[in-house]
Amino acid sequence: MRYLPLTPADRREMLGVIGAKSVDDLFRDVPERARRDGFVDLPRRQGELEVERALTKMAAKNVSAGSVPFFIGGGAYCHHVPSVVDHLIQRSEFLTSYTPYQPEITQGTLQYLFEFQTQVALLTGMDVANASMYDGSTACAEAVLMAHRVTKRKKAVLSGTLHPHYRAVVENLCEAGGDPVEALAPALPGKTEDIISRIADDTSCVVVQTPSYFGELIDLRAIADAAHAKGALLIAVVPEVVSLGLVTPPGEMGADVVVGEGQSIGNGLNFGGPYVGLFATRTKYVRQMPGRLCGQTVDAEGKRGFVLTLSTREQHIRREKATSNICTNSGLCALAFTIHLSLLGEDGFKQLARINHANAVKLGRALSGVAGVELLNGAFFNEFTIRLPKSATAVVDALADKGVLGGLPASRLIPGDASLENLLIVASTEINTDHDRADFVAALKEVL
Amino acid sequence: MSGMNNQGRPTAAGEAGSSDFETFTGNKGLRLEEPLIFELDNPGATGVDLDEPEGYEPKLGAFERKARIGLPGMSEPDVMRHYVRLSRKNYSIDAGLYPLGSCTMKHNPRLNEKMARLPGFADVHPLQPQKTVQGALELMDTLAHWLKELTGMPAVAMSPKAGAHGELCGMMAIRAALVARGEGDKRTRILVPESAHGTNPATAALLQYKVDAIPATADGRVDLAAFKAKLGPDVAAIMLTNPNTCGLFERDIMEIADAVHEAGAYFYCDGANFNAIVGRVRPGDLGVDAMHINLHKTFSTPHGGGGPGAGPVVLSEALAPFAPLPYVVHGADGFRLVETAGEAKADGSHPFGRMVAFHGQMGMFVRAMAYMMSHGSDGLRQVAEDAVLNANYILASLKDHLSAPFEGPCMHEALFDDRFLKGTGVETLDFAKAMIDEGYHPMTMYFPLVVHGALLIEPTETESKHTLDQFIGTLKHLAQAAKGNDKSRFTGAPHFAPRHRLDETLAARNPVLRWQAETPKQAAE
Repeated sequence: MRYLPLTPADRREMLGVIGAKSVDDLFRDVPERARRDGFVDLPRRQGELEVERALTKMAAKNVSAGSVPFFIGGGAYCHHVPSVVDHLIQRSEFLTSYTPYQPEITQGTLQYLFEFQTQVALLTGMDVANASMYDGSTACAEAVLMAHRVTKRKKAVLSGTLHPHYRAVVENLCEAGGDPVEALAPALPGKTEDIISRIADDTSCVVVQTPSYFGELIDLRAIADAAHAKGALLIAVVPEVVSLGLVTPPGEMGADVVVGEGQSIGNGLNFGGPYVGLFATRTKYVRQMPGRLCGQTVDAEGKRGFVLTLSTREQHIRREKATSNICTNSGLCALAFTIHLSLLGEDGFKQLARINHANAVKLGRALSGVAGVELLNGAFFNEFTIRLPKSATAVVDALADKGVLGGLPASRLIPGDASLENLLIVASTEINTDHDRADFVAALKEVL
Repeated sequence: MSGMNNQGRPTAAGEAGSSDFETFTGNKGLRLEEPLIFELDNPGATGVDLDEPEGYEPKLGAFERKARIGLPGMSEPDVMRHYVRLSRKNYSIDAGLYPLGSCTMKHNPRLNEKMARLPGFADVHPLQPQKTVQGALELMDTLAHWLKELTGMPAVAMSPKAGAHGELCGMMAIRAALVARGEGDKRTRILVPESAHGTNPATAALLQYKVDAIPATADGRVDLAAFKAKLGPDVAAIMLTNPNTCGLFERDIMEIADAVHEAGAYFYCDGANFNAIVGRVRPGDLGVDAMHINLHKTFSTPHGGGGPGAGPVVLSEALAPFAPLPYVVHGADGFRLVETAGEAKADGSHPFGRMVAFHGQMGMFVRAMAYMMSHGSDGLRQVAEDAVLNANYILASLKDHLSAPFEGPCMHEALFDDRFLKGTGVETLDFAKAMIDEGYHPMTMYFPLVVHGALLIEPTETESKHTLDQFIGTLKHLAQAAKGNDKSRFTGAPHFAPRHRLDETLAARNPVLRWQAETPKQAAE
């Protein structure tokens, strides 16, 4: 087997040193009833060519985003990733290194995590960020638990336009701890949600997403003020991090915690994972944060260096008193994020955001020109919601048959709400061309 | 003992800095200093070429970002150089043995990387119409089948993002089953051995369970009598790692499982050490109810400097109906992803909820699948055998030079303690840091907690006998040096790494967690 270096002669010699007759001898602590003599009922080993052939065949059954006019968002966005990113993250020293527990020989990882934390803090307008969470949804749920610790209250209030999967993840984790969650019904774009009246003396936090599930930009200022007046925290959720190149960051609108999905920068769609959760907050809450933190220090010679720090929050030290059970997070995805953002820089990142917005505005204009289609949003970034004259699910299905992946039916993630049946959530990024838009409009006209 | 070791490094410790004068740049030949990206800022430089969009009226309302973000400007060559230089400060499995116990640092085949990058897997959106992602669902279903066969378990929840997330998922399934039985409020205690990973008690605490520690016996295993005495009608589950964190197979595991079930509780197994038994022992045959599988350990997906991982959880018949959303089913018209509680109800299952947005770590699934197909059932069995053989070879070769707390055979990890360092003035930490100077990543230190000054070595199956012999030889030299009063070699170590020992106390006392531009005001002060 090509990955296994021991030869039969090696094995014999090693067994001799150990003083064992056979390998079976080494498994003698396994209860006899549970020992298996034969192979498990699965195929035998295959060469690289055979594996590649089989998996390539499987992959070919999927329609890849890059092969069609593509307009789906809903918390995962199709962006161009420069080739440098994938080259660098495949360097052995990054790809095949462990969590940097030995800082003297993992300064590469630690320094990029320090840079990543700084970038996330800058983008979100916050003081500090951690070294990543699994993804946006778990970052969001962890933020709610942090708010519980900070406020010593137990009840979270969730906006109705929080991504439905994020809501489900928050509810699941809160329910595990026996903590109540109040989730509002979704308010359609253009309609203001009255979340402020739900903030009470027992509210630990208010969770609001911007851009919302429907792509609408949400003003957080009044919500932040109202939350703070009641002693609650405002958790802002940013599902599309590119928006922060053009939109006022939640940190400037009074958010106490900003969580987000960082996939858009540096990371592919990957059918939903791996992604990279962003988590940023104010300095005063740093000891309540979940996840790994990288900090600056000096070595024995006084030279600047970096280490994992404040680990007395973490499970390997505090066990059942830890702030979270998280261990492995999204190191390599954070690296992809930080490399891509370094390539973009201040000017490139803002320009990328402008291109995304411009493409979405142009698409919105083109789609609302189709008879029976209505654009619902007031303010949006690169995603918006349109009302169709018929079921959005049926339309998306028919569009797919015409080779256009034309958005996300709102009802796919919020089933059973008749008012959402005809709503289609559409995203456009820098990958879309005039041609893509024309194809989308033409196909939509045909299927309506 | 002067001259060079077999990797071309001087074996004499020397004094830090003796041959080490300060260069003008701070660099030392190939040992390059590298500033932060923020210190490399070249305003106006960019690593992308984008066109300014035209012909649109902004629809941002009152939300336009006004202030500068503060991101540095860098060209592509500058970015390339920065990260390549950073990478050279890292140790990696590709460059050498990485014997971190509990972490299974095995070779990461590049075929897996290639397969995960096929556009049909990498460039597919999680919310595309299901008819356009049949291959992705097929891959998930196929991987699930392999995991079920290898573990002898009837169901698997694929969505957890890492080991600890899988633990949480498994424990949530257990809680849901207890609630369904009407015993959710009654069973509030979780039994966890003292030797457990920290994630186990942290996970139990997230679910508001009371953690009750089970002591270990002198031979490094669960104290069966003490365990049985702790069982009762208020126990929800036991969380047990097997093979355990001392690198030993729990001989009484089936008796433990029977007793747990007898008491109406469930058996959660931490599958971090599955590499020792894959293809040879099936957790389902041992009486396990739930076990997470770290695809980034046993199935070789790269650790990436701390993730991403993936932690699918296999479930017993009793827990299967409570598996979280989403899951894949295979029907007459192809594969179907069940995403909502309504659909699940129609299927007759009772998912406890959702662990994560979307469907799990697809990128890791593809890599793990490529790894499994490459090995096959025969190769996977060989993996466990060689992993266990390598660890026992280390144990047998070093037990008279270091000190081993437990008799062999071990499974895939060889555990040592610090008795051999007694009276030398060298601590476990110093010993481990000296390994860095010899060109090795240290083993896991001070874990498991049940052994004093623990040194936990996991070589994995992908190391050759030649590599092991070199490693063993190095450890023998170091043990001899420690006993021979060569203290400065250890207490000053590492001498030859990109950094000397870092001040972790300072980092924690005065946390500097981000780069800050010095404002003119501060500069003036």
